[in-house]
Amino acid sequence: MHLILIIAAREFKTLFLSPLAWTILAILQFILAFLFLTQVENFTMLQPQLATMDNAPSLTDITVTPLFGNAGIILLLVTPLLTMRLICEERRHKTLTLLLSAPLSNAEIIIGKYLGSVGLLALIVGLITLMPLSLLIGGSLDFGKLFANLLALLLLVSAFASIGLFMSCVASHPTVAAMGAFGGLFVLWILDWSAGLADKHSELLAYLSILRHFQNIQSGLINTADISYFFLFISLFLLLSIRRLDKERL
Amino acid sequence: MTTLINAKQLTRYYGKQCAVNNVSFELKKGQIIGFLGVNGAGKTTTLQMLCGNLAPSSGAIHINGFDMQTQAKLAKRSLGYVPDTPPLYKELSVNEFLRYCAQLHGVPKADITTAVTLAETRCGLTDVADRLIANLSKGYQQRIGIAQAIVHNPDVIILDEPTVGLDPLQIIEIRHLIRELGQEHGVIFSTHILSEVEELCTDVLIIRQGACVLSARIEELPAEKSLEAIFIELMQTPLAEDL
Repeated sequence: MHLILIIAAREFKTLFLSPLAWTILAILQFILAFLFLTQVENFTMLQPQLATMDNAPSLTDITVTPLFGNAGIILLLVTPLLTMRLICEERRHKTLTLLLSAPLSNAEIIIGKYLGSVGLLALIVGLITLMPLSLLIGGSLDFGKLFANLLALLLLVSAFASIGLFMSCVASHPTVAAMGAFGGLFVLWILDWSAGLADKHSELLAYLSILRHFQNIQSGLINTADISYFFLFISLFLLLSIRRLDKERL
Repeated sequence: MTTLINAKQLTRYYGKQCAVNNVSFELKKGQIIGFLGVNGAGKTTTLQMLCGNLAPSSGAIHINGFDMQTQAKLAKRSLGYVPDTPPLYKELSVNEFLRYCAQLHGVPKADITTAVTLAETRCGLTDVADRLIANLSKGYQQRIGIAQAIVHNPDVIILDEPTVGLDPLQIIEIRHLIRELGQEHGVIFSTHILSEVEELCTDVLIIRQGACVLSARIEELPAEKSLEAIFIELMQTPLAEDL
């Protein structure tokens, strides 16, 4: 456990030694703040109508849910860029030898690297959460829903990172790893679309779709089936990554 | 004397091609083995197997009594490895990098600073301790590669062509360091420079096309012949399978 944390801390710090992490943080924050502002504007415009409605959507529904939904889509594009270097670059620069000849198991290497990149993603999610919290100055929020959104986005990006890490283990070049991870994630994201066509409805595809589980949790229905989906997803790709690293020796 | 490396009948195939064929040897404390062979003879493959970076197709490796296959973690604990390309995180400073290496090798927190300082002093890195590795010359980078392998004071040190690309003064320094390390540790290093082996090593191991053709103590070699003459003779003798 101790060694996992050492690798994770190194990975996290290394991300900040290059401009990559800073650039991503800055650009994401700018784009999402802009989208958030649009939602708040929307709310102020709709407010007179909302006041007359029974069961009207709350401030949280109108601002928080779309913000986290948008963040999910943008992070789908960004996470592969963050994870592409993890193993791939070490292999290219021949620094992987350092980890392979140190008294570490492959599981420790993979989980350490994974936690390091999830650390940055969690930081991004934390910064995104600060935006709706700023609404507390002049309004009130449904904290249950905010928590559900936070949890949904955290699980979502953790799943993104696991597939990105696996692609980084498989690919020989970081761009290939990024492309592979992006392709895989995008397919999982749109799987649900075909489920919308009445005659082509498939329970399996709908279950596999990452978007559906994300939206379920986001709506405030925190249910074991959706949470286990993410845990299974993450464990599967971490396990595959460890296997891939084992194969390196053979 | 304690046996530090015990390699038995190591064989390694890449697909159908046999890179290392039935190589066995022992390394004891206080020994420095020079590992010779032409390019592509299987030196790096053998060293990578010793460090657990490659799994042998058959055969067994024991480091300090621990089996590399089943007790890899314990075995690797006694191991320091300098690959042909030193594995360096170039975005770190020398100090940061060596601290990280010490942590990975399980050096207790309280001893890390002492261990890093000692490794830096031994490899002549004290002056550049705070500089970024990316900005240092190849000679310094090579020395950091060696510092990385000795920071946790391992019993066995394995070096893959440690003097390639260094200037004559640096070569002398590195040789001096290897000799010093050989007194308390077991060292095995591969090289193409035969005089280096004659000067430094207690033992010599020569492989040709993956098979061991000579394993002897330096003083047991016939005195009238130089190592170079022996090496050339060995390389020119037709192999049994060619006859």
